[in-house]
Amino acid sequence: MYRITKPIRWLGEQAIGDLAALGRFAIFFVNALLSALTPPYKPRLIVRQLRLIGADSIFLIALIGWATGMVLGLQGYNTLHRFGSEAALGTVVALVLVRELGPVLSALMITARAGSAMAAELGSMQVTEQVDALSVMAIDPVQYLVSPRIVAGFISFPLLTAIFDVIGIFGGYAIGVGLMGAPAGSYFHGITDNLTPHDVASGFYKALIFGLAVTWVCCYKGYHARRMATGISQATTEAVVLSSVLVLLWDYFLTSVLL
Amino acid sequence: MMTAPQDGGSTIAIDVRDLTRRFGPQTVLDRVSFACPRGKITTIVGPSGCGKTVLLKHLNFLLRPDSGRIVIDGEDVTDAGWSELNHVRGKFGMLFQAGALFDSITVAENVAFPLVEKTRLSRQEIAQRVAEKLAAVGLEGAGNKFPSQISGGMQKRAALARALIHDPKILLLDEPTTGLDPTRVGAIHHLIRGTQQRLGLSAVLVSHDVPQVFEISDRVAFLHKGRMRLYGTVQEITSSPDHMFRSFLAGEEIDEEEAEARSSALAR
Repeated sequence: MYRITKPIRWLGEQAIGDLAALGRFAIFFVNALLSALTPPYKPRLIVRQLRLIGADSIFLIALIGWATGMVLGLQGYNTLHRFGSEAALGTVVALVLVRELGPVLSALMITARAGSAMAAELGSMQVTEQVDALSVMAIDPVQYLVSPRIVAGFISFPLLTAIFDVIGIFGGYAIGVGLMGAPAGSYFHGITDNLTPHDVASGFYKALIFGLAVTWVCCYKGYHARRMATGISQATTEAVVLSSVLVLLWDYFLTSVLL
Repeated sequence: MMTAPQDGGSTIAIDVRDLTRRFGPQTVLDRVSFACPRGKITTIVGPSGCGKTVLLKHLNFLLRPDSGRIVIDGEDVTDAGWSELNHVRGKFGMLFQAGALFDSITVAENVAFPLVEKTRLSRQEIAQRVAEKLAAVGLEGAGNKFPSQISGGMQKRAALARALIHDPKILLLDEPTTGLDPTRVGAIHHLIRGTQQRLGLSAVLVSHDVPQVFEISDRVAFLHKGRMRLYGTVQEITSSPDHMFRSFLAGEEIDEEEAEARSSALAR
């Protein structure tokens, strides 16, 4: 009888364990949000995270935005040239960047740069008992360490996405117009005529949600790093992989809702 | 086997009663009872994995017990909420095993941290108190260094200065001499004793530096497999015939069956 019930029991235990983990994950997020709204407020901690997540990522975002814009300019020109529609290049580049590639690639790059650092730093603090030290000093570690990062992520992701989009559009211009010879006037005219506020807003909605999701996942993984030799590396890897997967899955979901 | 004393009233700083804690199927602390007298050092010793650090983490509420009571200064705080806990934690200073200094800020900023975050003292007052505490632990010139730039012993002293910065009544010390060379162990022990006596603190010290740590202890608790096997004054404990304790003291592997049989025979 035991042999028959064993796999069912195992499945049940796994399901309960996974559900409990999801519950902890959600409670952590709610706690962090509530802590952000509860005094004492520490704006200097948010400013510090804005620098680490936002300001320090600008160069990378600009570089990737420029490179993406150049590729879009090149591919877009060659594709549109087949149909004699080179004049639509600006519209194509801007729509693809603003609606899709801007928020998604920015989120992936910030995950790789700031998200991994976030998970590693919190993991290191957990492993070396620095998080416990905060608790002992009667300082709520979630309020002190996690909430400022989530707030900073929420603010900086849309701003970095905007930088990515703008530089990408100029990258597309440099290649499409400067190198390939697409009509210069129609490039920016196409953008101003065809890019609607809804397109821009949908890109920003995505960036806002990615900002919350990436900082939530990276903080959760780092904060719950296991106290063992591989604890920090494991937490960092899981944070980056899970954040990236979530960004791509959420992107599809949000696109289908915001279209 | 000696039992935990039942002395109550204001002479007791921390009173632990029947504390039990399980992690999954494993019982890590099993009905542990002991009382730490005010103004004295109580040292918890025992083999690795016996539950010493887990017990200490219950005293400052980093962990909560499954059952049992914890009374601090006559106040039962076992089920205290966050705000009550904040008040109680203000009475504690804690020195962690690895120091737990924040590695992104300097030693002086580490020591100042509790005051910066929890009080409205002016920068000047904070700087003055930090300088006093750093001087008290012999780190006058190390304030501007980062934790990674100073030795392990200095890190422990800096952590002690941070634990003392808000003038706590109770000091909790988790293996303060782990990883230090033997010459440093004595220096840290004397620093702890001197500080405790000068400030009249109650202290709970977890250590495996036996018998050296007995020199600075007033009470000793011997924990084995989550149970409080012995508790008493240093003299009572060191003269105990308990074979498990004697094996531990001699650094021998504890043969439980043999030790139990010998202890039972002696008790008869």
